[in-house]
Amino acid sequence: MDISDLKAWEMREKLLKGEISSFETIKSHIKNIEEKEKVINAFITFDKEKSLEAAQEIDRKLKNKEKLGILAGLPISVKDNIITKDFRTTCGSKMLENFIPPYDASVIEKIKDKDGIIIGKTNMDEFSMGETTKSSYFGATKNPLDITKNPGGSSGGSAASVASREASLSVGSDTGNSIRKPAAYCQVVGIKPTYGLVSRYGLITISNSLDTIGVFGRDVRDASLMLSAISGRDPLDITTKDTSLNVDLEGEIKGLKIGIPKEWMSLEMDTSVREDFQKSIEEFKSLGALVEEVSIPNIVHSEIIYKIIVCSDISSNMARFDGVRYGFRAKEYETLDELYKLSRTEGFGEEVKRRILFGTYLLSGHRGDEYYKKAQRVRTLIIDDFDNAFSKFDLLITPTDLNKPANLKEDTKQYNDYNASINLAGLPSISLPMGGKNSQTSLQIIGDRFKDEMIIKAALAFEGAVK
Amino acid sequence: MEYKTVIGLEIHVELMTKTKIFCDCTNEFGGEANTHCCPICLGMPGAIPHLSKESLEYAIKAGLSLHSSINQKTKMDRKNYFYSDLVKGYQVSQDELPICEGGYVSIETQEGKKDVHLIRIHIEEDTGKSVHTETGDTLLDYNRAGVPLIEIVSEPEMNSGEEAKLFLEGLRATLKYIEVSDCKMEEGSLRCDVNINIVDEKTGKRTTITEVKNLNSFSSAVKAIEYEEKRHIELLEKGEDTQKETRRWDEVENKTIIMRQKGGTEDYRFAVDGDILPIEVSDEWIEAIKSSMPELPHDKRDRFIKEYKLSPYDAEVLTSSKEVSIFFEETLQYIDDIKLVSNWIMGDVLRRLNEEDASVADLKFTSKDLADLLNIVKSGKINNNTGKKVLRDMFETGKKPETIVKEKGLIQISDEGELENIVEEILDKNEQSIIDFKNGKDRAVGFLVGQIMKATRGKANPQIVNKILVEKLNKR
Repeated sequence: MDISDLKAWEMREKLLKGEISSFETIKSHIKNIEEKEKVINAFITFDKEKSLEAAQEIDRKLKNKEKLGILAGLPISVKDNIITKDFRTTCGSKMLENFIPPYDASVIEKIKDKDGIIIGKTNMDEFSMGETTKSSYFGATKNPLDITKNPGGSSGGSAASVASREASLSVGSDTGNSIRKPAAYCQVVGIKPTYGLVSRYGLITISNSLDTIGVFGRDVRDASLMLSAISGRDPLDITTKDTSLNVDLEGEIKGLKIGIPKEWMSLEMDTSVREDFQKSIEEFKSLGALVEEVSIPNIVHSEIIYKIIVCSDISSNMARFDGVRYGFRAKEYETLDELYKLSRTEGFGEEVKRRILFGTYLLSGHRGDEYYKKAQRVRTLIIDDFDNAFSKFDLLITPTDLNKPANLKEDTKQYNDYNASINLAGLPSISLPMGGKNSQTSLQIIGDRFKDEMIIKAALAFEGAVK
Repeated sequence: MEYKTVIGLEIHVELMTKTKIFCDCTNEFGGEANTHCCPICLGMPGAIPHLSKESLEYAIKAGLSLHSSINQKTKMDRKNYFYSDLVKGYQVSQDELPICEGGYVSIETQEGKKDVHLIRIHIEEDTGKSVHTETGDTLLDYNRAGVPLIEIVSEPEMNSGEEAKLFLEGLRATLKYIEVSDCKMEEGSLRCDVNINIVDEKTGKRTTITEVKNLNSFSSAVKAIEYEEKRHIELLEKGEDTQKETRRWDEVENKTIIMRQKGGTEDYRFAVDGDILPIEVSDEWIEAIKSSMPELPHDKRDRFIKEYKLSPYDAEVLTSSKEVSIFFEETLQYIDDIKLVSNWIMGDVLRRLNEEDASVADLKFTSKDLADLLNIVKSGKINNNTGKKVLRDMFETGKKPETIVKEKGLIQISDEGELENIVEEILDKNEQSIIDFKNGKDRAVGFLVGQIMKATRGKANPQIVNKILVEKLNKR
């Protein structure tokens, strides 16, 4: 038996029964890292020795029958935009290539409290700005299912690390699509929870009201195990709510009303995605759900609204990376202004600079009123549309991505979706494979705010049925 | 007058809350560099600010005390610019919706009472401090980063350096009174920028506004204003205009020096801060803050006039600081003589404190001690002058007035028989004075009283001495 082939919840059971040790568990994943990393490049930094030491400590506690947290001994990878104390956090950028933070993000504290083992930090698009993981300063990540394809992004390293058995669980982030797209491309389960379910304290911000920390797992139970461990109120993030997530959920779908957003379905998409989605609708019906079409008219504006808000936020959120206190500083400069200009010119990649410039333009002069404020108003309309939909439906479903994994080298034509609207409305969404073994398509189940348990239960029911 | 000076002030005041505005770091002046810091006030990646309720409360207090209206729906905005003492590349401040709008400070000018109005008061975070070394390096201390500030912007309604000074004094007295700031210019907890220009009232021509920074005291503000007045008028008379520029006051050279030209308006790209949720201030909260506030100086002054029948001037002096007003009212609890108490506090007590640059808190005696002393004076056991001597002793030693009176044997001699003997004795020794008196020289009486006082070491009851002396003189 190769331990790394087990699901996290299976590992957990075996660890508690004493059938396997945490040391063996971590070792089996490190073996995969050592074998596959040269090709996959899912990690920016990992620490073999520290992980094994931590595993031995867990084994000692297990032996002494000490009380252990829910993640005890499990190998977890974390996206490199989440702050880890005394452990390099790069955000996939030259700007933070040598940045060793002095504090832990709240989710990291929770993982440590619950005895999880953080084996490494995963690759990502630079500062999460991208959908391919190709813009990382540390090189692209390859899709473990087909190394000629990209793994999706920006949390591509996290999804790839789980798909390649280099980690059992992973924590990523989603501002517009960054968990769901890689989850779909790597055929793992990803959850972008409700905004406010998981503390953002220690997540390097790109867009304050859209950023969400989320999770990856091999199946729905794995992902919900990871999510339950990191959710809940945090005084350091006042947008968090005092809601905890039940770990042991059972599949439940019968009698639920499911809406299919018609604007979404009228988008162009890959034929096999459409076919698999149609089959999924039938599956839900046969599970006893009521499926109907629903209109969410203003989501057609979500992409441009998202761009305006994200880039405006980025322009100020990225300003702290100025080369003065930490991070990259240009070697040669004469004045303070030059220190800023050169450090930022040399430290940031193309996409980051493009978005900073665009956002700065959007907020300059009187344009703030023209774009940013107007975008916020349209955002309210989108939220109203979703609220309206959820007054009649329990869940919404869509294909997670309208494409099959794209080639690594050349960008083939990509079909755009409305996934950013989920962030604009702060809704929870789960992505899970829908087309069986070789189809590479995924389904997205969207719920109302703080109905994270409901989407997980529906996903469990669906996953159980299509297995 | 031909030229009119127009002055508006922008005042930054550090609030003396326990913690900084967005984190739990201590808000304390000084400290070893970079020791009052955490990931939040250092603006580390990923750290999220949380707005302290205390900071907001202090800002609201300041607004209420200055008659401003409180914006019950407000928000925090980002003011984007780069500087090395600014950790995030933006300052969290307020743009469109300041916490307080309007309000005024009343000043007493030579022409009478004048209200100088406020445009707004907003809340923001302070920046770190750059320390320039002799070797040309710049060191950065972020202890001050994230200290809560209010910025108070006045209408351009002051017309002289003196008025600006009165405005600043009034503002400082109020803010200290309600204990939202210690307003120490030397520690930077009160900082003031001046905006000034001149209008030629005949032609309506006006100079371009100059901003003056780096004012380290109220008197340097006055000097800078007077310097600028002169400079503006000279240029105006030459038919020239001032530039749109920021100047700084040079304490050594006694003049303003140009810092930078202001080309157009600076674009700070204000946008709402996505980390801080919109703020709602409830009626209940405002009421709770109001009821927790001490009686404000102007209210107290009005009450003193009404309740104690004090003159507006006396009421002003006795409410000039919270401590003085409290001391006054405490003293009145032990002695029923408003006039006596107000005279003594305004006279000997405050004069001595001013001389020593001390405050009521530095007094070695209590309000009850003062009342005891005044009761002794009032009962006639010691006379007024002796009372003042006892008070001086109390200032220095803190001893109780009865103890001083007893130890020094200061009880006034009011026994007529005893005083008659002394008067006779003095008259016998001063024949010439008697002759003078008979010749109508009134001065002689004063001289003789002095001699009697000298003989009794000041203990003689002056009224009785006077009575006996005149009787005896007339008899001789």
